[in-house]
Amino acid sequence: MAELLAVLYERILRVRPEEPVWAGRDRFILSKGHGAAGLYAVLAERGFFPAAWLDDFCKDGARLAGHVTHVGVPGIEASTGALGHGLAIGCGMALGARRDGRSHRVFVLLSDGECDEGGVWEAALFAPHHRLDNLVAIVDYNKIQSLGSVREVLDLEPLVAKWESFGWGTREIDGHDVSQIEAGWRGVPVIPGRPSCIIAHTVKGKGVSFMENALLWHYRAPDEDELRRALRELESAG
Amino acid sequence: MRNAFFGTMLALAEHDERVMLVVGDLGFGVVEPFASRFPARFVNVGVAEQNMTGIAAGLALSGKIVFTYSIANFASLRCLEQIRNDVCYHNANVKVVAVGGGLAYGALGSTHHATEDLAIMRTLPRMVVVAPGDPVEAELLTRAIAREAGPCYMRLGRAGERVVHPRHTPLQVGKAIVVRDGSDLTLISTGALLWTAVQVAEQLARDLHVESRVLSMHTVKPVDGDAILAAARDTRAVVTLEEHSLIGGLGSAVAEVLADAGELTTPLRRLGLPPDFSEHVGTQEYQLAAYGLSHEGIIKSLKPALDLLGRW
Repeated sequence: MAELLAVLYERILRVRPEEPVWAGRDRFILSKGHGAAGLYAVLAERGFFPAAWLDDFCKDGARLAGHVTHVGVPGIEASTGALGHGLAIGCGMALGARRDGRSHRVFVLLSDGECDEGGVWEAALFAPHHRLDNLVAIVDYNKIQSLGSVREVLDLEPLVAKWESFGWGTREIDGHDVSQIEAGWRGVPVIPGRPSCIIAHTVKGKGVSFMENALLWHYRAPDEDELRRALRELESAG
Repeated sequence: MRNAFFGTMLALAEHDERVMLVVGDLGFGVVEPFASRFPARFVNVGVAEQNMTGIAAGLALSGKIVFTYSIANFASLRCLEQIRNDVCYHNANVKVVAVGGGLAYGALGSTHHATEDLAIMRTLPRMVVVAPGDPVEAELLTRAIAREAGPCYMRLGRAGERVVHPRHTPLQVGKAIVVRDGSDLTLISTGALLWTAVQVAEQLARDLHVESRVLSMHTVKPVDGDAILAAARDTRAVVTLEEHSLIGGLGSAVAEVLADAGELTTPLRRLGLPPDFSEHVGTQEYQLAAYGLSHEGIIKSLKPALDLLGRW
């Protein structure tokens, strides 16, 4: 997910960190609100708020909570954490923009496990019906959810076909390949007149040998030693 | 009340282009004038209340004043988390309009009885909760909640409620309306039982020379504490009337105010529905009577309170 957010915020989204509620901004909703740490890091990097805020993440009296929270955090469009909410909110924002003749776009990043939620599919039905081609859904498809692999828990396949059958233009990308990500973003709408869904194939814990595809790391935070090892691996990979 | 609401929506939309109506595929015969007059400000999301509410939040966060509309439980319970997180947490300017409060859809069965909505909505942070007592209040409240930014839940009756108030009654959200004054008893009513409350008060006066103050507590949250405390001080007993479970609704709100103020000497009697699913099949009127909420049933329930006052 880190690469998806980095490319989105560095190269794609029209935002003004110094004017976070600028009316013409593109909207981004991290519907998988448990990815808050990644989003906060990117927002700090882009200058929405001081990087020092990150040091207190989730600590007593901190500004930044463990799920995406708009209160007191510049750059957050919508608080999330209860799964299956973001795409509907994004539909409302995209519809509002369309009906007001505004040109900004709305991006919503979902997790794969989140696609178990019925609300996702209510919104998935709505957007093509209303021809919201200013709306982009991204599924972070790392194929692991809370209690096991997606295939074991509640299989989403054929996932691309599902979105296509709902009327979305789709594109599959390697969610760790920066050039593919950028091409994916730049290629929207995939089909004019339709919302776009980008299925980003990812590896949970990518780049850290002991975290990759390990369910435990959905829950654990690294200790000092693990953090050093993880950073060393990521830095050596460039 | 439904017609009063939709008539007012047309008038509001005429004057404020931010006003939008988002419905969950219900409202046959009543939504059409709005939909045809303001097609760009009308959305039928289909049978998808979670989506309806999330979309309403997204529209509100884009500067709209959004009314969602469905049958009471579908507009409220089905999408409760969307109301809590997407609407209330973001302080989104969404008015959840629930038609058929209480037992209005009597014979359609318990799935269609909205008997816990006031309690549940009342606990949500930032949520204003209103339940008009007649078509005049429905119109005035629709106007009032559109003026005030932020989340609101409005419980409507259905159709055919009697008009209690003159058309130009002053109304303010959070302030009870004194429909009738008296010094023996206070009847506090919310929602569509208002007409019954007035009838009860008139009969008590006629037959028993008991003079009742009738308060229309159209706003259940924030409830009008001043009016409740004044009733407890000025009159000798307080009775609450609601077409809602006795857990958490108007009666509870009144009891909370009295308890918190230490005003515990005035007898309080809460009349409402037992906290259970209805055991009856039949019209609203039939079921209300079965639960002692008809005009006659209420008078009967008041007997012990009136005995205390030495007036039966």
